[in-house]
Amino acid sequence: MRLIVHNMLTCNIKGVINKFPLRIEAEKVIKKEVDFNPDFLRHMLAKIEWKALVDGARSMGYTELPDHAPDTERVESDESFLKKFHHALLELHLEEGSLVCQETGRKFPVDKGVPNMVLREDEV
Amino acid sequence: MSETPPEIADIMRVSSHREVYEPCDDSFALVDALLTDQTNLINHKPNICMEIGCGSGYVITSLILLLKSKLSNIHYLATDTNPLAAKVTTETLEAHGLKADVICTDIASCLETRLAGLVDVMVVNPPYVPTPEYEVGMEGIASSWAGGENGRSVIDRMLPVVDRLLSEKGWFYLVTLSCNYPSEICLMMRKRGFAWRILVQRSTEEENLIILKFWRDGEEVERLEEETISDEFSRSLSLFMRKQ
Repeated sequence: MRLIVHNMLTCNIKGVINKFPLRIEAEKVIKKEVDFNPDFLRHMLAKIEWKALVDGARSMGYTELPDHAPDTERVESDESFLKKFHHALLELHLEEGSLVCQETGRKFPVDKGVPNMVLREDEV
Repeated sequence: MSETPPEIADIMRVSSHREVYEPCDDSFALVDALLTDQTNLINHKPNICMEIGCGSGYVITSLILLLKSKLSNIHYLATDTNPLAAKVTTETLEAHGLKADVICTDIASCLETRLAGLVDVMVVNPPYVPTPEYEVGMEGIASSWAGGENGRSVIDRMLPVVDRLLSEKGWFYLVTLSCNYPSEICLMMRKRGFAWRILVQRSTEEENLIILKFWRDGEEVERLEEETISDEFSRSLSLFMRKQ
């Protein structure tokens, strides 16, 4: 599971208010190189919840992201920032571990890179 | 001379498991529909493409291959409620040297909030086989076909989710059978502001497959006569069959 996906996942257990973000408990993290594509990154930056990305990256051992994302206009020229954003968003993979709902503590397992978000009957 | 790369998934490289639906006539018909629409898809320049119910991974792999040579920066997502299907899809993608983010979830439940309005292309081969209602939502391979009354239980739950996830320019490709009453599905989508078109019609020994494409046409529809859509649907279906 990459952080671009983590940034979209919510806990849908019935009655839960604080659905996002899920806390990452990393057991195995791998890195896979992806082509650098500034246009895609600029498009995604507007959709990304920055703090969730920073915390997610940190829990996977990557601490290079700034606490706050630079302004959209400044991003254009800031290649060093885009490279870090690219790496955190697209190249880090949580292979094994869990995603934890911050409200209920329910753990959703990540097995061979695939998060299992299917709820039990009593959670729907 | 260099060999032209295959533009759809290679069936020999599609992974399998006894609890995961294998590519069959419906999967082939859906991929044929995507092939028919390939030029439009390329000109559409999607940012995010998604498949709900990816099963063996045959369809999402084919979609990626169809677009790959022309568009490089697409984010692909695939979901399935069956963890084994999610695993098999990952293997199929890897066997083709491709990547997509695979998530195990019911329809797209864990993505509905944060992914709303972002998906430009949605592809669905739903569980459409008419079955007793209790078979719907069972684990394993049954989740790939059990569709409840008229095969519509899961489809009808999916339509609002698809509407929510699709962007303003979003397109939706859906496999249906004639016994699913596809004209009713078109009516439901019409009420949500979508236009529709038949892309593929194919009769096999067991089923009469119809692949539909939906897109937002910007028109607010307040009142719609059911008969109008039903007539319109029969008309396009017979026109379509005459052309074949």
